[in-house]
Amino acid sequence: MLEIERLTRRFGEKTAVDGVSLSIPAGQMVGVIGRSGAGKSTLLRMLNRLTEPSAGRVLFDGTDITALRGQALRDWRMRCAMIFQQFNLVQRLDVLTNVLVGRLNRRPVLTSLLRMFTAQERAMALAALDRFDLAETALQRADTLSGGQQQRVAIARALLQEPRIILADEPIASLDPRNARTVMDALRGVNRDGITVLVNLHDLATARDYCDRIVALNAGRVVFDGPPPALTAQRIREIYGVTEEEFAEEAAAAVGAPPPRHPAIAAA
Amino acid sequence: MSQQAAYATGLPAVIRGEEAFLAARRAKRLQALLGGAILLGCLLAAAWMSEVRPATLWAGLPRIGEYFARILPDLRWGVLFADAETEGSLAFWMYRLPEWSWLILETANMAALATLMGSVSALLLAFPAARNIAPSGMVFHVTRRFLESLRTVPEIVYALIFVWAFGIGPLAGILAIALHSAGANGKLFAEAIENADLRPWEAVRAAGGSWVQGCRYALLPQVLPNILSYVLLRFEVNIRSASVIGFVGAGGVGEELYKVISFNYYEEVSAIVLLIILTVSCLDLLSERLRHAAIGRLEAAR
Repeated sequence: MLEIERLTRRFGEKTAVDGVSLSIPAGQMVGVIGRSGAGKSTLLRMLNRLTEPSAGRVLFDGTDITALRGQALRDWRMRCAMIFQQFNLVQRLDVLTNVLVGRLNRRPVLTSLLRMFTAQERAMALAALDRFDLAETALQRADTLSGGQQQRVAIARALLQEPRIILADEPIASLDPRNARTVMDALRGVNRDGITVLVNLHDLATARDYCDRIVALNAGRVVFDGPPPALTAQRIREIYGVTEEEFAEEAAAAVGAPPPRHPAIAAA
Repeated sequence: MSQQAAYATGLPAVIRGEEAFLAARRAKRLQALLGGAILLGCLLAAAWMSEVRPATLWAGLPRIGEYFARILPDLRWGVLFADAETEGSLAFWMYRLPEWSWLILETANMAALATLMGSVSALLLAFPAARNIAPSGMVFHVTRRFLESLRTVPEIVYALIFVWAFGIGPLAGILAIALHSAGANGKLFAEAIENADLRPWEAVRAAGGSWVQGCRYALLPQVLPNILSYVLLRFEVNIRSASVIGFVGAGGVGEELYKVISFNYYEEVSAIVLLIILTVSCLDLLSERLRHAAIGRLEAAR
């Protein structure tokens, strides 16, 4: 159970996230939507403290995440893995080592600096890669893979952390529709294993297809929180003052993603 | 034994992956071992040929300390700030401060000018000397060999030639250091260019840009921060060079330093060395600020 209490972040005069309160039960797949600058990324990054909150608290199973420091904070980050829009793999390292980065927090410093991992960990990494049909690429450099493959390597890295939660910040915004689908399928599959997934999405259709629950942000505030069917075109217009198509185009342009799927195609 | 964990998963892809990993690791380890053995052999051979003997080193060590003890100035608390006539005062130690300062200023100027001249030539030569963008293999090899010849001849040899040609004075020193800087920085710049991202280069060429325009628009903005660091590092190195190049009459503080060392004017040696160190430290602080300011501006101008 992840509880977010009046979480706020200010950047100078601007309030990016403004008193957000959410309660997320274990195992849920939550899609966070909103326009560019609505505070989606900031919200996600405060959960693993890549960005420090200005006010408010985050509780996970009763532990105050916002108060953690040092090793305790690193342990929490291990338990709540992150997926990035630009994959953030180490391009010059091989795929296997990139995946094994997910084990670093459990390794003694000295042996980890020598890139020494146990055979069990390698087997885990290879099995995680195999799950996404990437085991054959294990010894290639990460920059030889396509974007969709790289994002799946990033998910394998996240799995090696054995996380309770996965935070995915626009995981498919830099991918073409086919690769976007394989990556979302991978996230959904991981979620079915019992890992809570929080995913920032610019594409409403994807959020509806894959998530149990949708949270919509506007100007840092939660403006909608409910199951996908409740987020009708009517509600979108009420919340954002634009039609769903306009919202989708605007959001896609803001993250530099390919233009959105037509709703009719998405439904098919 | 280590395949156990992979076999335990029962997944063929995992087992194949583990086997490939182990094979690659064996190859890498063998390579490292072989390389290490060759390196050690070369090291021992080099030590033997250049007569590095631990015994000589051990015996000579105390004498270095002795020299430093001798060049230490004889300063006395009571008269520390007395005038230049009083023995034991700072002013007595630094009795030729105005002349030395002037010479060090000249040295720094020589270094600055030489760095500028050398780096500008290096920048022009670095583009044809970068393997990834060189117009042809011929051009690449010719420029690379030319840069090598510039930097392998010791500065002092160039300085002797230029003193013979242009007479005693800073000009000979500046030219000598500039030639060496061009060779050394040319190589570093070329390697920075080789590490640059070539995608913008392709775009500029695809838009009909010439080779020179590609260098200017696609590569220079990428490598400029790196080049700036190399130039400032070279400036520091050149101050050191400029302060000894005077040994052969090529200007700067070197001539004075050579004189006091060979005449065993111990206290003056320490005075001049201290002044050089102070100058280098000041310039180091200054260049650090300059670099940050310039890189900040580059980032902002993007």
